[in-house]
Amino acid sequence: MDTCIKKIRELSAELLEKGEVQKVIGFAQGTIPMATSPIAIESKQDTEKLVFNSTCGLNLANYASKQKGKVAIIAKGCDSRNIVTHIVENQIQRDQIYIIGVPCTGMVDKSKIATLFEDEITGFTEDGNTLRVTSSSREEILKKQDYLRENCLYCTHKNPILYDVLATELVEEQMLEKPFPDVDRIEALDTDAKWQHFENLTKNCIRCYACRNACPLCYCPTCFVDEAGPQWVGKGQNKTDVNTFHYLRAFHCAGRCTDCGACVEACPMGINVRDFTRKLNKDALELFGWEAGLDITKRPPLDAYSPEDPDDFIK
Amino acid sequence: MKFITIDKKNWTKGIDKSRGTYRLFGPVKDKNWCMIKELDGDILPDMEYNESVMSAKSVLFPQSETILNTSLNESVEDHHIMKRAKNDYTARAVLGIRPYDAKAIQLVKMNFDTKEYKDPYWCDAYEATTFVGMAITKPGPFDFSTSVDSGPFCEEGLDILLADLDDSFIAKILTPKGESFAAACGFDSTIDDKESQALFDILRKEAEKNINCRVETDKLKEKNLLDLHGASFWDDLAFSCINCGTCTYVCPTCWCFDIQDEAKLKESSRFRNWDTCMSPLFTRHATGHNPRGVKVQRVRQRFMHKLKYFLDKYDQGIMCVGCGRCVKSCPVNIDIREVCHTMNTYEKKD
Repeated sequence: MDTCIKKIRELSAELLEKGEVQKVIGFAQGTIPMATSPIAIESKQDTEKLVFNSTCGLNLANYASKQKGKVAIIAKGCDSRNIVTHIVENQIQRDQIYIIGVPCTGMVDKSKIATLFEDEITGFTEDGNTLRVTSSSREEILKKQDYLRENCLYCTHKNPILYDVLATELVEEQMLEKPFPDVDRIEALDTDAKWQHFENLTKNCIRCYACRNACPLCYCPTCFVDEAGPQWVGKGQNKTDVNTFHYLRAFHCAGRCTDCGACVEACPMGINVRDFTRKLNKDALELFGWEAGLDITKRPPLDAYSPEDPDDFIK
Repeated sequence: MKFITIDKKNWTKGIDKSRGTYRLFGPVKDKNWCMIKELDGDILPDMEYNESVMSAKSVLFPQSETILNTSLNESVEDHHIMKRAKNDYTARAVLGIRPYDAKAIQLVKMNFDTKEYKDPYWCDAYEATTFVGMAITKPGPFDFSTSVDSGPFCEEGLDILLADLDDSFIAKILTPKGESFAAACGFDSTIDDKESQALFDILRKEAEKNINCRVETDKLKEKNLLDLHGASFWDDLAFSCINCGTCTYVCPTCWCFDIQDEAKLKESSRFRNWDTCMSPLFTRHATGHNPRGVKVQRVRQRFMHKLKYFLDKYDQGIMCVGCGRCVKSCPVNIDIREVCHTMNTYEKKD
């Protein structure tokens, strides 16, 4: 996957030179190991700043939709699905965006790698499936496959769904017999244990809203938790208020979430925010045969009437 | 000032002994992290932690704190009259606080404890607290505390500074508060001051040598405020920012808060919550007007406050202690070290 960066830079330089797009939105190398930062490139020379590797775990869809004029975007499978969602939800027009698709071999779980070390990580490089991670005390050679983020492990859309050009060859998609083993585990718990699971999940939440702000679905001009007149949700650290934020946000993502994992990637407190959205993704698949972001011509299930709707009351 | 030695075998006993007089706070392992929490029951502080994801500011300034209460029941005397909440200001000690976090509390103090205004909640909590610091012998790669008048052995704001010698701690008792806490623990084996100080100096130099980050702040003071404010780099810098509150909440020196009223049945309370200048709601007026309505204005505000306004107002250095938490926690890797460099070297082009 890291070899595709040459192609990404070439394509970007060409698009900017020909004036086909005003900006290319991609990732730049961060200032610390395992960090990358979204960047908008406006000139051919600056395309050298672009990188693409297994630490580009955020989702760029929201960055593209906020731009004026035509932009190009570097899109993994999940980013492309969120661009589809943005087009369906009228956040961006198809002809406003040029998609440089990157078939993805998964992003690494940075906190899982960090737990291997007692001290801070000082270096991270990758070569194909091999990760070389160093701290001041030692070095670990890891197989990328063993340190993928959970959402990447269950991903069945590694290849971009919608693109204008590809930066590298398509990769093989996996077929999963059980696509939601994590949800199955929580579903199998009894009511009290289930409640406890979600109570524990949010106990360290500091309400920084990094999960929401990193989420490509959360583009509301004013989020319900920021509504001040009238105010809908308490602002303190009261459990009910903290959980209300998480539950309502998850429901707002029902039938729209692509499981891109940006929420978990952004959370400074290590909360697996996906535990809220995954159940809704499972329901969308089981009840409506729906996966978000696969088709720009289809309305999401909660936004459309169908005679085949599994709920009787609607017929 | 004196030095005592504490055999680690006696540490737990001493700490437990102090619980009779002190509420204890300290670093506690939580999954992969370390959090500063109240050490309820017999929980012991993890004195070997590398760093805590959140700073110790919450010991004096909780994320959510009730400040006033009243009754809405009209048959009760003084109903609808807000009165100060009965919070616990009995003696407390925070164990294992990092020197940069203790220094940060001194910076926060400049705001909460001034000649004109005193924040009673913060000041009372401060008065009640003894700060038992743990010197840093292995600074992390994000630590740039020595660039900003702090450092791995910085004593500012501490009552006791501990240094870890494997089997024992050497404690430098810096204030009468520190002395009282050591006495409450029964730690009283004094050792030679000169020798101990010499050892501290060696350890400090060794630790400081391991800090590889250097951030220059020397030219910030002379920069014209409006030039910096109008500089063109803010747009690029703010592009990646998702405007979450992570940097401000993990920051040991960010002190902004919001006031909220809540009522439940006939009881009403007023409390304050940490707020963040990254949120549009932070400055939104009742009219709907927002002086910092767009992202770039908010990003600029955070850095201008830390690196310029604070410096200009108090002339006590910048409002940053170099802990590196925001560098590490920012979801999009906005790095205050780089921003500081950009501001420090900025030259206005005519």
